[in-house]
Amino acid sequence: MALSTNRTVNQLLKPLTAAISATRCLSSDSTSIITVESSLPFTSHKIDPPSRAVETSPNELMTFFKDMAEMRRMEIAADSLYKAKLIRGFCHLYDGQEAVAVGMEAAITKKDCIITAYRDHCIYLARGGGLYESFAELMGRKDGCSKGKGGSMHFYKKESGFYGGHGIVGAQVPLGIGLSFAQKYSKEEHVTFAMYGDGAANQGQLFEGLNMAALWDLPAILVCENNHYGMGTAEWRAAKSPAYYKRGDYVPGLKVDGMDALAVKQACKFAKEHALKNGPIILEMDTYRYHGHSMSDPGSTYRTRDEISGVRQERDPIERIRKLILAHDVATEKELKDIEKEKRKVVDEAIAKAKESPMPDPSDLFTNVYVKGFGVEVFGPDRKEVRATLP
Amino acid sequence: MLIWLLACRNCDDKGISVRKGSSFVVRSDGRLSYGLNGRGDRAEHLITNAVAAKEDTAAASTSSKPGHELLLFEALREGLEEEMDRDPTVCVMGEDVGHYGGSYKVTKGLAPKYGDLRVLDTPIAENSFTGMGIGAAMTGLRPVVEGMNMGFLLLAFNQISNNCGMLHYTSGGQFKIPIVIRGPGGVGRQLGAEHSQRLESYFQSIPGIQMVACSTPYNAKGLMKAAIRSDNPVILFEHVLLYNLKERIPDEEYVLNLEEAEMVRPGEHVTILTYSRMRYHVMQAAKTLVNKGYDPEVIDIRSLKPFDLYTIGKSVKKTHRVLIVEECMRTGGIGASLTAAITENFHDYLDAPIVCLSSQDVPTPYAGTLENWTVVQPPQIVTAVEQLCQ
Repeated sequence: MALSTNRTVNQLLKPLTAAISATRCLSSDSTSIITVESSLPFTSHKIDPPSRAVETSPNELMTFFKDMAEMRRMEIAADSLYKAKLIRGFCHLYDGQEAVAVGMEAAITKKDCIITAYRDHCIYLARGGGLYESFAELMGRKDGCSKGKGGSMHFYKKESGFYGGHGIVGAQVPLGIGLSFAQKYSKEEHVTFAMYGDGAANQGQLFEGLNMAALWDLPAILVCENNHYGMGTAEWRAAKSPAYYKRGDYVPGLKVDGMDALAVKQACKFAKEHALKNGPIILEMDTYRYHGHSMSDPGSTYRTRDEISGVRQERDPIERIRKLILAHDVATEKELKDIEKEKRKVVDEAIAKAKESPMPDPSDLFTNVYVKGFGVEVFGPDRKEVRATLP
Repeated sequence: MLIWLLACRNCDDKGISVRKGSSFVVRSDGRLSYGLNGRGDRAEHLITNAVAAKEDTAAASTSSKPGHELLLFEALREGLEEEMDRDPTVCVMGEDVGHYGGSYKVTKGLAPKYGDLRVLDTPIAENSFTGMGIGAAMTGLRPVVEGMNMGFLLLAFNQISNNCGMLHYTSGGQFKIPIVIRGPGGVGRQLGAEHSQRLESYFQSIPGIQMVACSTPYNAKGLMKAAIRSDNPVILFEHVLLYNLKERIPDEEYVLNLEEAEMVRPGEHVTILTYSRMRYHVMQAAKTLVNKGYDPEVIDIRSLKPFDLYTIGKSVKKTHRVLIVEECMRTGGIGASLTAAITENFHDYLDAPIVCLSSQDVPTPYAGTLENWTVVQPPQIVTAVEQLCQ
């Protein structure tokens, strides 16, 4: 069972009934194990796929629901803020894809690294980032997570192992390979999840990085969040082989239903075990974004509204968790609605606070260009005179 | 002390003599304090397999320390090896740096000593192994990324510009990128257009990086050590033709200042600013100029980003005339930026417009004669000084 830092789950060795169908757990004991079958079987490439039966607990299901509700609210609020011109520039929204963020987080620790591209707001939240810091950064305020100097595409949280937040498509993957190289170099037993999209999957640097990771058995997991559209270009128009999990050739791959948080969790857990022993693996998350590529893209010129509402009805990640919670009597309908209302309130409060927060000082223009103050001495060979301290 | 320019077929003499003390620090006010004049001490032996010289703790004055003689690529290796001994997070990555020993032998012997992970042979994928180095630097490692030729790093431009230079800023100071990117560049001996590029002109606008160019074994080792110790990303420009320069360098440990220029020859009449290989063309021209009665002040600017405007400014205030001799092309080169910087800051002190001698704005041709006409030659420098000093 996966551990996350927010909650502890007791590894009670309760006997499981046959894992084919979901078991009903009549008590609301929050540490009891519920076994749920993932929505689809995992398809795999050059590896045996993990089992469809995912273990979870009422606590975990509630956490999934709360986190995803908060993420959904945040993205929709960001939409309104953008239209109100409080957020400028580029704003890439993640609603629809929340299951990837929470599922991944449930399978790993904060010492594992995640690096992603520009659709990073929800991953920042999943890694422990705050709503206030997110909104302040989006609005360019001093209290933002990158002091207002990064913007929507540059959220980072070093202490939780979240390495951003990158604007250039595909450039984060070699960085992710570097993170895993450092993990191997320092002999840590941690992994790196380097995330990218179906559009970036055609970048050469991905394959270069994959080659190096496979060559040196680096603990890198490449996660392709396949939302089927690279901005306005559908995947079948951009890639000769849209089976992204197979494109690693000699690197094993796994295709996962990215709208099912539990399947994502199972896959990430499996991938982490694999990467620590055998080197890189590719995960393809079959997911979907409801908004357009960014706020300047209506999202309906290259796909029909019916498609979007169809996915929303049938595969929405929050609805899936809601149904599971209700089916297992973990919470009532009203409780879930209250949670959503509460999240709405929390998000609105964070926005109000962020709106009041100050803009950066003009002097902040020049801070953090170089690292200062690390005090390396420069000295000549006679050491009688210390020339200078490197600034 | 003589510096032998073994690869130079252009030189009139067998070598270029440069006045230099053996172990001293160049002060930026132009005074040279001479230690032992190495002219009397001939090299006893050539250290071909340079192991880091043990630091001598004796407090004797420097005048009795003869130092050891080595070639520039060995000096780079010595600096690198000392830093790798000192700090276990320093690692090297690049093409053929490990088992092959480096295409210019800078990393020879390091892989057997430190292992394959610490001296990493990468596949030919500049974009991604530079990105990999930057990602590793984000976690706290201190990689030294070697481009086999600086021109190949154009493939990694995105990583160098966006991730290396800008991550410290866009993350609000959360990540520092203590990476060193180094490699040989410049016009070589008929290497062709693509292998004769001067990337300092392309990289100079990237915010957040520092650029230094080494020109002697002494400053190569010192700058390599400083670059590795620096928490900022540093690009160290070496030159293909300077790897076989021989010089006597001190045994004791020393680290040079990344942002300081070097006073090569103090003078009164004109300030000549140069760096890397052009330093030797300038010094050759300086001999002719001295014979003709001029007294040029030669400064090797070393730090290409940021410029050491303190040293340069002091010199301009003294001589009032500036000549820049560089190997970059005229358009958008280091000389162009330096001209702008000096004009903006020291305009009142100039008696004449700044003259900038650069390579021609052409791809470097293969033919030897054409290649010679592409770069600045000593007679052109002499003519320029004469015109400037009229």
